[in-house]
This record gives sequence, C-alpha cells and structure tokens, in this order.
Amino acid sequence: MGATLKDATAIVGIGQTSFAKRLPESEKRLACRAIVAALDDAGIAPSEVDAFASYTMEETDEVEIAKSIGAGDVTHFSKVGYGGGGSCATVAHLAAAIATGQASVGVAWRSRKRGSGPRPWTNTRVQLPTPAQWTRPFGLLRPADEIGMLARRYMHEYGATRDHFFNVALACRNRANQNPAAMMYDRPLTREMYMTARWISEPLCLFDNCLETDGALACVVVAAGRARDCRRRPVYVHAAAQGLPAQHHGMVNYWNDDPLTGPAWTAARHLWKGADLGPQDIDVAQIYDAFTPLIPLSLEGYGFCGRGEGAAFTEGGALEIGGRLPLNTGGGGLSEAYVHGFNLITEGVRQLRGTSTAQVPDAATCLVTAGEGVPTSALLLRS
Amino acid sequence: MNTSLPPATDTPPDPSADLLLPVPDDDGAPFWEYAARGELRVQTCSDCDEPRFPPRPCCPHCQSFAAHWQRMSGRGRIWSYVLPHPPLLPAYAAQAPYNAIIVELTEAPRIRLVGNLVAAPDAALNSVDPARLRIGAPVKAVFHALPGGPTVPRWVLERP
Repeated sequence: MGATLKDATAIVGIGQTSFAKRLPESEKRLACRAIVAALDDAGIAPSEVDAFASYTMEETDEVEIAKSIGAGDVTHFSKVGYGGGGSCATVAHLAAAIATGQASVGVAWRSRKRGSGPRPWTNTRVQLPTPAQWTRPFGLLRPADEIGMLARRYMHEYGATRDHFFNVALACRNRANQNPAAMMYDRPLTREMYMTARWISEPLCLFDNCLETDGALACVVVAAGRARDCRRRPVYVHAAAQGLPAQHHGMVNYWNDDPLTGPAWTAARHLWKGADLGPQDIDVAQIYDAFTPLIPLSLEGYGFCGRGEGAAFTEGGALEIGGRLPLNTGGGGLSEAYVHGFNLITEGVRQLRGTSTAQVPDAATCLVTAGEGVPTSALLLRS
Repeated sequence: MNTSLPPATDTPPDPSADLLLPVPDDDGAPFWEYAARGELRVQTCSDCDEPRFPPRPCCPHCQSFAAHWQRMSGRGRIWSYVLPHPPLLPAYAAQAPYNAIIVELTEAPRIRLVGNLVAAPDAALNSVDPARLRIGAPVKAVFHALPGGPTVPRWVLERP
C-alpha cells in the first residue's frame, strides 16, 4: 500500500497577530509572533520545527524565520506560486512531507503589511511586467478590474445580480460582527449601504472587494499519531489538492475555451477523489473571497450546485449560520482580514475545535479554499 | 525669469499622455509591429493552423514551433466590459470612469482581446457613453499610436 494523505496528518496549532490597517511592527516580526503563538498553541518547542511552507508574495523567508524562532535542522521547505492561490497548498505540502517521512513538525505562515504603504496599482513600475502587455495599457490595471470582467460575463450568462453578490458580502460581514478579532467587528452592513457604495470597477463596488490588512497568521502540522498527544484537539487534513487547469492563464483567463470554469473545478475533482466525503457532507466552508463573485464561481467549482447555479445558491440565507452552507465564519477576506486567505485556514481549524466566534453546531467537516481565478489549492479538514 | 514654467499653448492635453505602454516580449513583438501598420494579426500554428493567444513559442495542439501571423478582419463582439473608477494610476484616473472591454474575434471567437471602446481612434478612453456598452455588440478594430510608444488596437461600434 502506498502512502496516503487521508487523515495522515493534522493541524495542531494556530496563531495570529492582531489585524489592522497599520501595525507598527515589521512583517518579519509579525510572522515570528504568529509562528511562536501557533507552536505554543500546539505545545511544541520551536526547536522541533523541521519543515516550512509559504506562498509567493511572502516577503519573509524561511532562513530568517528559522533563525529567529530557533528552529532545529530543517529538512523540508517549499514556496507555492500564485499568491492567494497557494494558501491551502502550504498545508498540503507540509502534510505530504510529513506523511512521507521527510519531516515531522511543519509550519506554514502568512505575514502581510498590505494595509500600510501605497497600493501596488499606484506604482507604475509594478504595472509593467511583459505578460501585462495584453491588458494593462488598456486600463485593466487591478485585480478588481480583471475579476470584474468575469463577474459581468457571469451576470450576463446566468442572470446573477448585484443582490447575489450582496448576499456574499453580508454573510461575511455578519460573521465579522461576531468576531472581535475582525477588522469590521463593529461595522454592520446593510443592503442600502451596499447598493449606494462607490464603484471600484463596475459591476464591482467597494463592498465586493476584500480589505487591506496588516497582520500575520501561522499553523502547525504534525503526523496524526503525534497529534493525539498535543495540547489541542487535532484537526485532520482529510484531503488536499492543487489545481492549474489546461490552458489556464491566471486571473486574466480570457483566452481559455471557458473562462468561467476556473482552477476551482480542477482542484475540486482531485480533492473529492481523495476524500471519503462529498460536497453534501460539508458542514461549513471557508471559501476564498478576495471578491464576492468568486463565491458563486467556487460553489459551482467545488460541486455544491450545478454550473450557473452559484448565484441562486446564495439566496434565502444559505450562507448564514443555520443555512445550507455557512460561509467564512470569521468574516473572511471581505470582513475579517485580507491576508491572502490564511485566516480561512485558521477559522476552519476553530470550527472543528468548536471554538469559533460563530460556531456551526457540531461542525465536523470543513472545506477551505485558496484563491479562485489563479492556480489554486484546497483542503478538506475534519475533526 | 522662471524657466521652469511650460510655454503657453492652446493645444488641449493629449488624453493618451502617460498611459502605460505595452512592454513586448520576443513572442509578442510581431503583434505590435503589425498593429503599427494598422493590421490586427493573430499568431497561428503553421502545421495545424490553430490560432493562439497570447503568443508563445509552441503550439499546444500539435507542439509545432512553426508559426505565422494570420491577418484578422478586425471584426468582433463585446464579450464583457468593466468601468474602472479610482484609485487608479494618474493617467487613468484622469479619464475615469472609462471602459475596458473584451472583444471576441469573429474569425476566432475563443481569442478575446482586451481593449477600449472609443468614439474615434485617438479619442479618450471615456469617449463612449457607458450606456452604449452591451455584451454582444459588434465592434471593429481601429489603431491608435500612443505618444512615444507602440500602436495599440482599439475598438469602435459597428453601428455608432
């Protein structure tokens, strides 16, 4: 029998800093704080860490982190591509390394100071990489513009409306209003606020866009056998997958046969194939929400509904606590913190520990996804 | 005398000043060279005849490295569009909200080019009333020389 990923490893520690528009500490310092907190949560000494996984656009390197926290000899390290598409893949890479004996204690992290300093799209220099020759000169400058194109087409093909996108924004905001750590904890959202908000890139308004956040998070992965002796209830990595579909071209995937079936579809096929569960068995979902339209697209991709049915799925409170599929129960990137999706992983762990601020009763299974619209990744967690 | 002041002029500001210039790579360069001649051409496999975009070294269908640049009629339809608002780079913010559109080409519908719908080749990015934008609207290519840079294809409505 070959090595299998299924339930072979577990997340046993999570840690985070506060989330804010401007934090005084450096990204390196924030990363170290989150990692030390996660190891403390697990009850594991930093000297036992022998694996690191991060994803691109992470400015703190494992060399610096390992030295700072006092890690031991490191035998596995990886950095996954495509920014927000790589969040879940960090856990997947650690799980694979540990399940195959290449390491025993793995740490994944994200540290960002996106809430500080100038926005990247106010900087001409970063606008000029050659792949952008086909889009940027025409004023398609920001991720919101690029996803707005798909959103407009999606609305046209399937009759999705701004009310559907509002359903997503509202569910995330409602959960953030229950979560004292969320940036939008004390800021309720109404339909009127949404419908009269300023545009960012029509058809997307302010509330269709994620936050800009400073903060860091981390989690600790060990083998299932070790996990049972840790301080906390283990959250098992039941399945994991990455997805880069044939002929995919990143966020500006307009040259594909079918731009509305993105990397989620590819990741989902592999994820469910490696699982004892199906979409009908999922108690709570943490779905990457840099932009509201990513939610209906992901609901379709991961098989919670049929193609073109993702917008209608959001109706009738389906994404709220008590609904068909409670969504982003910490508030997500839209309302808790935008840290390239890492907060979705830690919130998934809290749900399965039973310690979320918006706890889904008896939650035993959770889907966590990384950025849709770029080469992506996903995790199936279970208690 | 203060020599830092620009000379007085009656010329209106060029709406294309300071827009980002395409930075061509080896594979993409011919697209911009043809555009400078007022031709819309798409890289096409010389063995299996499949068009492909963006340009790249090898045919994904038959793995041939032989390619040529097939001339298109310049006709297409709007596949999608957005209206960006600030915060934006200053040259774009000055014209916001403007339109960015995706056009699917009549001869090769899976090849969808990002561009702008304009009232005339050298007009501003916001020169068409947003109410005229409609998915499926037929458009045709026109060409605009960016100040100090390459020529870019733009689009005008077939039925203005």
